[in-house]
Amino acid sequence: MTEAIVLDHVYAEIAGQNVLEDISLVVNEREFYAIIGPNGGGKTTLIKLMLGLIQPEKGTVKVFGGRPSENRMMLGYVPQFHTFDFHYPITLDEMVISGRLGNKNRIFTRYTKEDKVITEEVLQTLGISDLSGREISALSGGERQRAIIARALVSEPRALLLDEPTVYVDAPTEQQFYNILNSLKEKMAVVLVTHDIGVVSDHATKVGCLNRRLYTHDSGEITDDMLTSAYQCPVELIAHGVPHRVLRTHEEERHP
Amino acid sequence: MISIISFQFFQNALIAGLLASVTCGIIGTYVVVKKMVALSGGISHAAFGGIGLGYYAGIDPILGAIVFSLASALGMGMISLHARQHLDTLIGAIWAIGMAIGILFISLTPGYAPDLFSFLFGNILLVPIGDLLVMTVLAVLIVVVVIACYQVFLAVTFDEEYAMVLNIPVEIIYLLLLSLVALTVVMLIRIVGIILVIALLTLPAAISREYSSRLRNMMVLSVVVGILVTTSGIFLSYFLDVPSGATIILIAAALYGLVLLERAFRKNNNRVSARNT
Repeated sequence: MTEAIVLDHVYAEIAGQNVLEDISLVVNEREFYAIIGPNGGGKTTLIKLMLGLIQPEKGTVKVFGGRPSENRMMLGYVPQFHTFDFHYPITLDEMVISGRLGNKNRIFTRYTKEDKVITEEVLQTLGISDLSGREISALSGGERQRAIIARALVSEPRALLLDEPTVYVDAPTEQQFYNILNSLKEKMAVVLVTHDIGVVSDHATKVGCLNRRLYTHDSGEITDDMLTSAYQCPVELIAHGVPHRVLRTHEEERHP
Repeated sequence: MISIISFQFFQNALIAGLLASVTCGIIGTYVVVKKMVALSGGISHAAFGGIGLGYYAGIDPILGAIVFSLASALGMGMISLHARQHLDTLIGAIWAIGMAIGILFISLTPGYAPDLFSFLFGNILLVPIGDLLVMTVLAVLIVVVVIACYQVFLAVTFDEEYAMVLNIPVEIIYLLLLSLVALTVVMLIRIVGIILVIALLTLPAAISREYSSRLRNMMVLSVVVGILVTTSGIFLSYFLDVPSGATIILIAAALYGLVLLERAFRKNNNRVSARNT
């Protein structure tokens, strides 16, 4: 299996503050790596390291064997919802097709038939093709969220990085959303970070808890230990809709 | 009415208004959607320093304005890319420093600065043929660059971070865009003057924003609104014998007020009809 993203003893600082310490992880192709952690735990920083938007203080980040800034064209990025200016005069299809700009001429850019065909396919996969001419300010939260994901997918990435993608998605859409991610897993690596324990689905092949340090468990399980370490306090795992497989506790280990 | 149009100065004024409308419609659209209004104000006031220097050194004040506005745009752009939180303070400083330099140089220049007032408040009816030539060159340059870089500008102004992920040279593109704003400001100084530049840069674009869902459409509509406003302003100021710059701005402002009223009315109507169904 090809290693899509490798972090080796990575440290990162923001404004002089240690945000990430000694992070080592491997994301393989066709793997769904879910990382949960509290707000301010360094989740967005981790994603930005992978994209080469932030440089590590120590350690190395490799994306498909090269530097992130060299190979980030192979990555699809779904940034946090609130970073968007949804009052910008742009239609859904214009926004989505802009994800194909990476391989194009910088001046007198023209979108080809291929660009348009792929955009239409992605819009259909995500169920928003009938909205394609609509201005993004006129879309609902869930529709906007899918637009952001569509933009990441049109570049046909080999790995998809998602930062809190379910904040504005209601429960039925969320299920749909995880079905989509599950089908994407067949084609690419998926890295998802979120603060919401409830959304980590049983589709994840690896789960980690992040709060400055990364606590992992190779199976797709969140254990009590991981959560306690990451959240610095015992976390109630009576989350709604979380598959039980994720919820195995380690009570026996604690009380031998 | 027909007789005025045959005057050379009046034709020049109409051409200047047309050229200014094209550029401020296009660049003003970026200024409005990227929220660079204060930045543009800083650039235009910094240009006054160049005008003062022009008087003092005995060169064309417009050349001085071009140098000062470009330098301030690139300076603010570079600093804002690396220390974003200070941009607001920086704009204020550049704004005042530009004016101070201008005042200083003008006071050092012996004699009376004849068309100083027109740089501050604009006078489209007195645009010399030489300036018209400079304006034409600038307008062509701006239009060509925007057509060439349309998709890249769109990506950078909509989502800078994603543009970076797409390996677009965001810093260069952003500085290029700011340079275009600086050149547009210089063009507009002749029409409405340093103090009123921001209004002509933003009002037509803000009006068009209400009726366009794509950047491209917003630009075209802005240009049309700009032509409408400047042309009617030129005629009105001539017949009423009032300052042209102020007239143009007040017409644009009145139109914007109407648009806002119409929008409020439309929303209210929608609410009422929604309640009735």
